[in-house]
Amino acid sequence: MLDRADLLVEEGSVLALLGPNGAGKTTLIRILATLVRADCGRAVVAGHDVSTDPVAVRRAISLTGQHVAVDDKLTGRENLEMIARLLGLPRHRARGRAVELLGLFGLADVAGQQVGRYSGGMKRRLDLAASLVTKPRLLFLDEPTTGLDPASRVQLWAEVRAQVEEGVSVLLTTQYLEEADQLADTVVLLDRGRVVASGPTADLKARTGSMVLRLQLPDEACLTLAAQQLPLLRRDDGTLTAEVASDGSGEQVRAVLERLEERGCQVAKVVLVEPSLDHVFFSLTSTGRAEAQTRGVA
Amino acid sequence: MTETLGLSAAPVMVSRCLRRSLREPDAFFTALLLPIILLLLFVYVLGGDMRTNSYVDYVVPGLIVLCAGFGASTTAVAVATDMSNGIIDRFRSLPIRASLVLFGQVVASVMRNLIASALVLSVAFGIGWRPRFGIADWLGAAAMLVFFIVALSWLSAGIGLVARTPEAASSFAFLLMFLPYVSTAFVPARTMPWVLRGFAAHQPLTPVIETMRCLWMGHSSTGTNLAHNALAGSAYCAALLVLSLAGSSWLFGNRTGR
Repeated sequence: MLDRADLLVEEGSVLALLGPNGAGKTTLIRILATLVRADCGRAVVAGHDVSTDPVAVRRAISLTGQHVAVDDKLTGRENLEMIARLLGLPRHRARGRAVELLGLFGLADVAGQQVGRYSGGMKRRLDLAASLVTKPRLLFLDEPTTGLDPASRVQLWAEVRAQVEEGVSVLLTTQYLEEADQLADTVVLLDRGRVVASGPTADLKARTGSMVLRLQLPDEACLTLAAQQLPLLRRDDGTLTAEVASDGSGEQVRAVLERLEERGCQVAKVVLVEPSLDHVFFSLTSTGRAEAQTRGVA
Repeated sequence: MTETLGLSAAPVMVSRCLRRSLREPDAFFTALLLPIILLLLFVYVLGGDMRTNSYVDYVVPGLIVLCAGFGASTTAVAVATDMSNGIIDRFRSLPIRASLVLFGQVVASVMRNLIASALVLSVAFGIGWRPRFGIADWLGAAAMLVFFIVALSWLSAGIGLVARTPEAASSFAFLLMFLPYVSTAFVPARTMPWVLRGFAAHQPLTPVIETMRCLWMGHSSTGTNLAHNALAGSAYCAALLVLSLAGSSWLFGNRTGR
């Protein structure tokens, strides 16, 4: 269910589609990658219309979908060779390219093992390698690091950056603000099939603040007071917490605490956290604001 | 460009599916062992009570068809597995004809079935099966068998597409395995109660089985001649093949397009 989702990926840049589950990110990717037909609207990928000339689109793109798309009964090398052969490379060049990619993605040691025995991170890397057998003009990455441990995530990011330096454009979907921040030049926020905001990643960061100060309050009265006195990013009546944008400095934290203490409210606990996707929605959209309150975001 | 890529993709898909077949050792082993166990079971356990002392001569064509039923189940599961995995999205985002993945599965299916059939025939020969040895007889029987296996493999691919999960594909295909019991595979139709007799004498598997029986043993169990059986058997296989091919390609477009 997409509703007026307009977006433009600049050649050689990374655009991140950021949104919660069910926002329509995957649907959008599947339409652009010619896997599903849109009921209406128009999409042009690398100069070709996805509905009238899907084959030309497929020649220009590569897809790393949400589910790992490699054959678990084949070895890593066989998988890459298969993709290369399917793309029309002759046998010896397919083999050479497979070996090259396995080295590049740190999989040379497990090249001869069946993919079924790979770890999640290794599978993801092989999946990405399979998308890069021939250099695509546009690479789709659908939640590429969901379910990965932090180390594998950082490694995958480095590999994506290396591709961008080679001139590959990337359309990335993610639920993680940090991932968009790490990789993207432009961020598009998608919610329930609509683009709710878009702009350069730096602007987005500036609006949320670099940190979020989370205050654990002793009672309802105190929470109400905080809401009156401070520009809250959000409040949660269930857990009696309130959150304010912060630069993380001692000075600013002290100012917030003093403001509440002067009015008879002792903050029970103070935590500084990284801003999350919810905070971004909250700071950028009025619907997000209303919604976060009704949802009572955790 | 599209066409050449489309054609070069076919052998790649076939080699992928053959590799997959070999990489599932337990499944492959069962698929080969099962026909042999069945052969021995039918000949020594069930055939012991039959007054013919050469039940093995009677039962070989039927057993081959029964084994093809097991093979069909393997194929349906393989196709359903491919369709429910991410790999299908990978194939479909490449500039190739993605439905060639079905072609690969069907070729692998035919190969598996032919190996299983060859194995049944050699074991049968080892325990006293004595068919005729005319080259024309064997070529004819082989042609009928290959035609049947190709048609059944496409039907299995279709079943794999209809089923949403590998488990469902397996249960669908399981139903196929009951059909040979109500044919002339194991006992002549005339020994059945009249309700089953008509069906058993005329259902699609019977002319296929009787064609092989005529060619190997020189006579059918129904009293019909070779020409009649070969014609009916081929017609059934052709119809099955056309329907399954059309159905599979429609289902493939339909299942993957949304």
